[in-house]
Amino acid sequence: MSAEETHQASAEVAARVERRWATIAVIIVVMMALLAAFAGIHRATMPQPRVETIDPARIHLSGEFVEGNLGSVLEANGTVTVRAIGQQYSFTPACIVVPADTPITLRATSADVVHGILIQATNVNTMLVPGYISEQLMRFTRIGDYLMPCQEFCSFGHEGMWGKVKVIDKAEFADRAKGGGRLSCVGQ
Amino acid sequence: MLVNRKLILAHFWLAFAVFGIALTLGAWQMFIRSPIGTWLSNPELYYRSLTAHGTVMGYVFPTLVAMGFGYAISEAALQQRLVGVRWAWVGFWLIVAGSVMAVIPIALGRASVLYTFYPPLIGNVFYYLGVVLVVVGSWIWVALMSVNLRVWRRAHPGAPVPLAMFANVAGSYLWAWTAVGAALELLLQIIPVAAGLKSTIDAGLARVFFSWTLHAIVYFWLMPTYIAYYTIVPRAIGGRIYSDSMARISFILFLVVAMPIGMHHTFADPQVGAGFKFIHSAFTALVALPTLLTVFTICASVEIAARLRGGRGMFGWIRALPWDNPMMLALAFSFIMLGFGGAGGLINMSYQLDASIHNTQWITGHFHLIFGGAIVIMYFAIAYDLWPHLTGRELIDVRLIRTQLWLWFIGMIVTTFPWHWVGILGMPRRMAYFDFGDPAIAPQALSVTLSAIGGFILLASGIMFIVILARGMRTPKIDAGPYRFALAVHQPATVPVALNTHALWVALMIGLTLTNYGYPILNLALSSGTSVPAVYVGAQ
Repeated sequence: MSAEETHQASAEVAARVERRWATIAVIIVVMMALLAAFAGIHRATMPQPRVETIDPARIHLSGEFVEGNLGSVLEANGTVTVRAIGQQYSFTPACIVVPADTPITLRATSADVVHGILIQATNVNTMLVPGYISEQLMRFTRIGDYLMPCQEFCSFGHEGMWGKVKVIDKAEFADRAKGGGRLSCVGQ
Repeated sequence: MLVNRKLILAHFWLAFAVFGIALTLGAWQMFIRSPIGTWLSNPELYYRSLTAHGTVMGYVFPTLVAMGFGYAISEAALQQRLVGVRWAWVGFWLIVAGSVMAVIPIALGRASVLYTFYPPLIGNVFYYLGVVLVVVGSWIWVALMSVNLRVWRRAHPGAPVPLAMFANVAGSYLWAWTAVGAALELLLQIIPVAAGLKSTIDAGLARVFFSWTLHAIVYFWLMPTYIAYYTIVPRAIGGRIYSDSMARISFILFLVVAMPIGMHHTFADPQVGAGFKFIHSAFTALVALPTLLTVFTICASVEIAARLRGGRGMFGWIRALPWDNPMMLALAFSFIMLGFGGAGGLINMSYQLDASIHNTQWITGHFHLIFGGAIVIMYFAIAYDLWPHLTGRELIDVRLIRTQLWLWFIGMIVTTFPWHWVGILGMPRRMAYFDFGDPAIAPQALSVTLSAIGGFILLASGIMFIVILARGMRTPKIDAGPYRFALAVHQPATVPVALNTHALWVALMIGLTLTNYGYPILNLALSSGTSVPAVYVGAQ
């Protein structure tokens, strides 16, 4: 075999190996996308799907996020809805109380700049963007206190913006909810 | 053939000077918010420093490296004097002016909005104008790269464009289009408010605009590193590029799919719906492809070098590599960090997993590992490789160079691994201090301390880097010879038009960006009632 032919043959081997690797790489990529789609559709695990807007200049005057409506409420169907606001530099309510082993819907927004809600040791993690409502579904299995820092820079007091989540027994929550109104653990 | 050495050196020196300042600020930040520092009486100082660190490391430093390296590639790979040198200096001075203009309001505490801007927080208008000037200066470079390639093509009709230049021009187009997202945010939204012409701003729309820039900018930072992987490393260690066409395909893939994926930064945002979040997540998976191809091609190229040096066996060849060669060392470190950082990146872009680490210290750890680690260590290697050709003097401190690279690698691992860990524990980003006295936060104290120590190791390495380059300006004159790039095993005599030109791929890049971003942007821009009052930073 001449040098030219050897060269040609080795170029073909190189191209074949390379094609094989490219195929594997494409399969990896396609698998990742398919897994995400499967988990999203089958288990309904996905980031916030819907876009809802709200005027932050008026949230304290009327509608869902007026002060009297913030906190946790036991709905007729047994689920719990938590409404909260982030503002420089605190959450309202600063301590959120919720029952264990219960489907909970967190609905929150910002009164001024961009904030974020993160509940440590859980996957609850969402941005609060003024003008929009964030919604997260959550469920706690462990009773106890969780820290809830603001996870997005919101100006000079950001480092001081920490809230708390108190997960209590389901029966205890139901008991406290009997009186109606909105529950929180501020001052407890 | 490097003719305009002064131009290239000016870019590199300015890049490394601002890098040194920003690195020092970074190390101070690590220290001051760790348990070994004392609480700042004024946390605002931390955010000033953070804004300066991010602005320099994100916008100024990598842009200058890409520009200086780009001019060097244009002259050395095309073997042609740079066309438009006067314009190149205009671009350089625009970046100087922009940087100064941006840094003054930052230093005065009038622009502590971080390099990601975060409207409705609004800082001093000169901060944003400074950033715009930096970008405009870099766009001159983009135009010059295109012009120089065109001049060369006219003189060499149909000839394969040298790989380094092909990639360099792809990187410049990538940057030109990437920067448009942030430019739209600045020009249409932020600057009118900062200048007092408007008082409200749509924060959700701004976040979408910024995501357009925020992800692909990473691939712009990455380009010089990948160009070095393909066109410098094999030559420096005595090997060949395994495949010229696979290299071209990788750079083309970066150009096309780096852009329409940025919304994976907004998974946790309420202003984008699930559909586009999923599309962007899937496209982000696609961007792993050019990296997977590159890892294969570069490992194969390195193996060629090892076998040429007498390496034998399935893995035995690894021992035959020139491990005392700084380029070999830098490549190995870069690949290790790219591996860990890339694995973390797959978690970040995952539709489901992102929620557990979004906006935690994990993210900070991730991009420091990828950018500060895998990318910047190759910037060092590029500088070491080019320096003798730019100064006409030898870099004699090879041992010191190796130590510097080792320290950077160790420092980056010590900094970022604990950072990832506290992120998993839920530690939020960008906080001036933490109350380690809180029993729930106390367990993170050790990790944060380790990170701070890593920061000091990095600072030491950065200082060594600058000292090595500075000493390299005073060693005796040598003839470094012409600057060469690596050749492929099968160096192509002809290249298909699709792998030799950019037009088709630029069209695809723009088209995909419009399909993936057009609807969400229009939808947000046309919806009313989502603009919110600006919150001015530093205003009394």
